[in-house]
Amino acid sequence: MSSISLQSSLPKTYRIIDITQETENVRMYTFDGSLGAKPGQFLMVWLPGVDEKPFSVAYDDGAHTRIAFFAVGPMSEALANCSVGDLVGLRGPFGTSYEWEPGQHLALVAGGYGAAPMFFVASEAVQHGTTIDVIVGARGKEHLLFLDQLESLPNVALHVATNDGSQGFEGYNVTVLEKMLEVTQDTKTDDPAIDQVFACGPEIMLKATLDLCNKFGVPCQLSLERYMKCGYGICGNCVMDPLGVRMCVEGPVVKGEIASKLDEFGKYHRDSVGRKHDF
Amino acid sequence: MNLEQTIHGVTFKNPMVLASGIMGITASSWDFVVQGGVGGITTKSLWLTEHMGHKCPTIISTENWMLNAVGLPDAGVEKAQQEIGAFMKNKTVPLIANIVAGSIEDFGKTAEGIAKLNPNFFEVNISCPNVEDEFGKPFACSAPDAAAVTKLVKKVSGKIPVFIKLSPNVDNIGAIALACAEEGADGFTVINTVGPGMAIDLRSRMPILHNKVGGLSGKAIKPIAVRCIADVYKATEGKLPIIGTGGVYTGEDALELMLAGASLIGVGTAVADRGIDVFRKICSEMQLWCTNEGVTEVSDMIGGMHRVTSNQ
Repeated sequence: MSSISLQSSLPKTYRIIDITQETENVRMYTFDGSLGAKPGQFLMVWLPGVDEKPFSVAYDDGAHTRIAFFAVGPMSEALANCSVGDLVGLRGPFGTSYEWEPGQHLALVAGGYGAAPMFFVASEAVQHGTTIDVIVGARGKEHLLFLDQLESLPNVALHVATNDGSQGFEGYNVTVLEKMLEVTQDTKTDDPAIDQVFACGPEIMLKATLDLCNKFGVPCQLSLERYMKCGYGICGNCVMDPLGVRMCVEGPVVKGEIASKLDEFGKYHRDSVGRKHDF
Repeated sequence: MNLEQTIHGVTFKNPMVLASGIMGITASSWDFVVQGGVGGITTKSLWLTEHMGHKCPTIISTENWMLNAVGLPDAGVEKAQQEIGAFMKNKTVPLIANIVAGSIEDFGKTAEGIAKLNPNFFEVNISCPNVEDEFGKPFACSAPDAAAVTKLVKKVSGKIPVFIKLSPNVDNIGAIALACAEEGADGFTVINTVGPGMAIDLRSRMPILHNKVGGLSGKAIKPIAVRCIADVYKATEGKLPIIGTGGVYTGEDALELMLAGASLIGVGTAVADRGIDVFRKICSEMQLWCTNEGVTEVSDMIGGMHRVTSNQ
């Protein structure tokens, strides 16, 4: 990880130096520069003349920055049409990051393209002597991400869940987590207890993860997503009820005890004008 | 050392006010700002009906300045009523409702809708510099337009004091303030953002803001705010309270704006650099300075420069 800690609130354009098609829907771009992002943080990605949106950082090794994304709207569709050599503006890194203690046993729950930041977490955390169980989930095997990269890391055990059973466990990744916690958190078994659960993926998966962690009394950190504009605590678009906390400053990685107090978590979100929409 | 003041019958425990457009979308976020030690809250600019605002980038900054062209997004009076209603139920500090419109007539309708919720003050935004493509030059750039908006909002606002938010981007801000005062304005917010300004990305050769231009705020604009506050205070003979806003980061900045004539102090951009508790920090710094200088009432600072210069 880079030692650069300066956050930039003014976008600067970087060139795309590599593009990989990770799955049918997910592309990964590598840019010719580092912003010193930590795992879980996000960048505001600006496509000149089009729009700017938040993207979680898939990797930052101090020299290059990577984002992995799924084209879901006009901006990310335009981004998906970029080629190597094109310019994309980046500013950040913004928000909180995942935090662990050296030597901890971590369980990482990744849903869909949430596997990208989870790979970033795992690659950093293993350098601090942690032991990691990663549970990657997707609708089907064609949507599974970063399995080879995760598998190549030392002290990482990979678990896979697909809704259609095309690879690994048939069902949700959260069900795999539940079975895991039943064993690891049982004091009668020899399996080492899980110290923390990290999760990144759809909000319904995050909510299920939080409920499980609360049930088993395991601390968790979840990456929440809300509509963002400024990225650094000014515009107020990404605040969550009833605490009024900003997902760009007090989030996007939120500890379980805070997430448990956010009534809107798993229920509704707000659009660009602040109007509520149910999930 | 007393930071409390009562203005038009409304008591503010300290002079710090959250400036409009910052963290002002939901009732719960206003409560979050209150925990940061603010003395009063200003809502985002409220429209009669939904207004989309601009595409991003909308807010960019360096350590010296910020440019914004958020474009005043809002879901309209109905949503505002829900949020203001929720805040007013357990109100801990005064609430200033900022309203905006594209026509003089709509200012009246918006004020009418919001007046039912009984905010402590109205702040009338006739000075946003980044919606010119849609609405032309702000009303604050013309004394007759500014006066006409004031007259209509005063007509429908009942007992709620009306503050007019002025633009620094005019030849004679004092004359515009006076025109509003003659139509019954109860106070002023001085200033809205400066410019507009522009920033260009070198590699792409493109303006960074999607709107190309945006209002300038942050440290760099404080001297303009101080001069504009002094002009408005002088033009209105210090008779009407001023919410001084522009480039305030520290207690000494806040006191400087008070000497120019401000009673309350709006803070916006500094939230990004000094955190949500910037209001508490500025209050402590004001208290420290005043205590060291033997000032016991912060209100004694208001317009202090004018009293000194008039004696010379």
